[in-house]
Amino acid sequence: MTMDTNGAATPMNGDQPALSPENAQVIALTRKDFVSDQEVRWCPGCGDYSILAQTQKVMPDFGYKKEDIVFISGIGCSGRLPYYMNTFGFHTIHGRAPTLATGLKAARPDLMVWVITGDGDALSIGGNHVIHSMRRNVDINLVMFNNRIYGLTKGQASPTSEFGKRTKSSPMGTIDTPIMPLTIALASEASFVARSVDTHTEHLQNTLERAGRHKGSSFVEVLQNCNIFNDGAWRDFTDREVREDRMLLLEDRKPMIFGKDRDKGIRLRGLHPEVVTIGENGVTEADLLVHDEAAEEPYLALMLSRMFWPDFPVPVGVFRAINRPTHDQLIEGQLATAVARAGEGDLDTVLNGGETWTVS
Amino acid sequence: MTTTKEHELPVQELERVTIRFAGDSGDGMQLTGTQFTRTAAVFGNDISTLPDFPAEIRAPAGSLPGVSGFQISFSSTDIHTPGDQPDVLVAMNPAALKTNIGELPAGGALIVNSDAFTQANLNKAAYASNPLTDGSLKSFTVFEIPISTLNERSLDGLDMTTKQKDLTKNFFALGLMFWLYERSMEPTLHWIDSKFSARPVIADANKRALKAGYAYGETTEMFHTHYRVRPAHLPPGTYRNITGNEATALGFLSASKLAGRPLFYGSYPITPASDILHQLSGYKTFGVKTFQAEDEIAAIGAAIGASYGGALGLTASSGPGIALKSEAMGLAVMVELPLVVIDVQRAGPSTGMPTKNEQADLLQVMFGRNSDSPLPIVAPATPGECFDYAIEAWRLALKYMTPVVYLSDAFLATGSEPWRIPSTADLPSIGVPNATKGDGPFYPYLRDPDTLARPWAVPGTAGLEHRIGGLEKADVTGNVSYDPENHHRMQMLRAAKVAGIADDIAPLEVFGPANGDLLILGWGSTYGAIRSAVERLQAEGHSVAHAHLRHLNPFPANTEDVIRSYRKVLIPEVNLGQLLMLIRARYLVDAVGYDRVRGKPFRIVEIVNEAVQILKGLE
Repeated sequence: MTMDTNGAATPMNGDQPALSPENAQVIALTRKDFVSDQEVRWCPGCGDYSILAQTQKVMPDFGYKKEDIVFISGIGCSGRLPYYMNTFGFHTIHGRAPTLATGLKAARPDLMVWVITGDGDALSIGGNHVIHSMRRNVDINLVMFNNRIYGLTKGQASPTSEFGKRTKSSPMGTIDTPIMPLTIALASEASFVARSVDTHTEHLQNTLERAGRHKGSSFVEVLQNCNIFNDGAWRDFTDREVREDRMLLLEDRKPMIFGKDRDKGIRLRGLHPEVVTIGENGVTEADLLVHDEAAEEPYLALMLSRMFWPDFPVPVGVFRAINRPTHDQLIEGQLATAVARAGEGDLDTVLNGGETWTVS
Repeated sequence: MTTTKEHELPVQELERVTIRFAGDSGDGMQLTGTQFTRTAAVFGNDISTLPDFPAEIRAPAGSLPGVSGFQISFSSTDIHTPGDQPDVLVAMNPAALKTNIGELPAGGALIVNSDAFTQANLNKAAYASNPLTDGSLKSFTVFEIPISTLNERSLDGLDMTTKQKDLTKNFFALGLMFWLYERSMEPTLHWIDSKFSARPVIADANKRALKAGYAYGETTEMFHTHYRVRPAHLPPGTYRNITGNEATALGFLSASKLAGRPLFYGSYPITPASDILHQLSGYKTFGVKTFQAEDEIAAIGAAIGASYGGALGLTASSGPGIALKSEAMGLAVMVELPLVVIDVQRAGPSTGMPTKNEQADLLQVMFGRNSDSPLPIVAPATPGECFDYAIEAWRLALKYMTPVVYLSDAFLATGSEPWRIPSTADLPSIGVPNATKGDGPFYPYLRDPDTLARPWAVPGTAGLEHRIGGLEKADVTGNVSYDPENHHRMQMLRAAKVAGIADDIAPLEVFGPANGDLLILGWGSTYGAIRSAVERLQAEGHSVAHAHLRHLNPFPANTEDVIRSYRKVLIPEVNLGQLLMLIRARYLVDAVGYDRVRGKPFRIVEIVNEAVQILKGLE
């Protein structure tokens, strides 16, 4: 078992196949169809290249036509991604991509809308919009590139930077406690919450695929390296040699087991998780927590969202995937109800509403 | 009333009457004023109203900040303002008397609820002595009426608490005013029935209160005359009474119909714009989608997103919210998407006086964005015109692919006038620039040679996949460009596109002589006061004209010709000279300003006096 094998992306909790039978026959697109003619201008070696490549790779699987897909981004290195996708794209202003996506999706429920953002864009200047788009269950796929640094502005601390981190803006170390992105997403009632890693390409593809097929707000945190301003941001647990021991691959309905030898697990003690070794002190697989993406209440997911290296293995995969009505469905539902009750609106009737009198 | 006195009171014909209802914000003064307005409107008077209420929902009862007022002017002739001063002041408590008596002219009628003049209420209003007894009101015709007592007595036997009964006393006052001005109670009785259909006791109480007030006027000998204001001679048609916010909502609804595109309204609650959200959220049967956003920025962001998707993206706020929206407005300028931003102006800066009027956001919407960021600005002049300029805003936004600012204000938003209802068949058409796939590559910034508008290429259109954003665009291709010459060219193109609209809008009209001594130039809700002042000045034989700008960017093409046709130009504004600055800068004309920022509209007499001073200087 390696981190890169997350199984086939079958429709699961909260997922709906985006590929309609008709579209599947008509549309036969490949990765190349989604590559735009613009030269990619991230720093050589940036983790963003991998995220772009995996995104382009999974796009044909959804069965949407190119013209029915929109990528919306904010400001930051991540914000450039729409220029490289041969779909519709909108590079907006700092932190506000979710707002444009909300309006677009409300006006055009037929479109597949992706929001591309970063840790500064999504959690600092745009934090409010992330919270509210998630609680509304706007049917968007938000991919947050988390490199724990402001890259485009050349190296200031971000809301996910470690406490005490020395950066250009914090020469004596940051004094701000970092935000846990997935805890925020869960507290905002996101209906799909997942985490992956830029260099774990197959896992990232599968995660993006799951997010894209989810109906409702998807929040995907991608742990991404900034080799210029924060090189090795996640190296301690994502490197090939250590990741099996330091990361926990979440699989629905399966016990939480990790480690090269598959002998470590997560057990609940009181209200806290603890790492245990199977076979030691009488611990068996049956004592371990079993993952449940579809749990109605997000207690388990919230607990997982706060587990982090070095105290715990870092969970990756789908934390939560539940079904609830989307924002655009609810809007359309109210419009349909109103028309069913009163018929289609007539402009002359409304203009002549209230008390009128005639002057002859 | 147990006794009925027979007496025929003389009827005095009046051309115009202005009444101000003033009371505690819990006394229902807005409702009283609105009911009188409806009755006068349906009767056929020309009307103009000015609600004046505190920002606090319920300031402490009886306190000075808690006073709420509603002024209505109704007339048998064409009127343009809610009146400089009331002829009649109805004061429901000492605080209402104190805050309003200063505007009642000597000889004016003052009706007070004497029951409310208790020591406690006098203290709250900071009266050292009782004005009803200390002689301070002797220059007015005072009618002291124990409204609370009389009203409570009329509700004898109803299963209500004393407090509930007291809440109906505004209808007693309304009934009295109906009698005094020969109004029918029927419209209000119908309204009460439908409003309180589920609560028959409350309905009964309000009807009894109304009738008791009417009967009081009829049966006491307190009033020696009553008054008649005949219907006005308005142009033929079907009318309704309308506030600016109502007309705004109807105008944008109509624009959506005319353009054949659904309306998306993104908004965050803010006084005095919120009523537009309330009204549009009721138009679901028209496919109108309303979105109460998490903040002002999200509201405009969602509107831009909707426009990007092919809907009519609309957002609204007041000055503080416009400040928050400015970055997104700049984005809309850069990506050249159609968008309309409503600014219902209020007194500032900062939170200022949220319910009070000002027209001081002109320079904010004109220049309040980074870099040169031109966009068209329209400004209706009357509540009814709000309808027309909502349609005009969308005509421009779609034809020129640009964000447009629509400037209303608190006075227009909440004030009302009779509105001749248009037939939908007579409304102007709105063209929509649909981009379709042609031969060869698609260029998102290839402009229409006449309008300089770029195509509206909405997602879902095969072959038009493209990327836009806030970064500078290469001319034609729309790709990101840092080329110096390209940036200069694009800045010039964006400016030329907006400037070119001057040839596509109605010329500036002049009321009065085509040339002469003085032109009074205005914009927005000062229309009524300026027009009335100019009528008065003209009647006195002065060479004075009025021109009123509805397009503030660009100005109509003939603006310079008009302002150069007079020896002097006076620009009255409810700000410290913003249009004045634009006119002087643009045309090098030595126009002068007249500025009053008190949270209230101008009085006619103030403009007359200022004009007379200027005319004297010309002699």
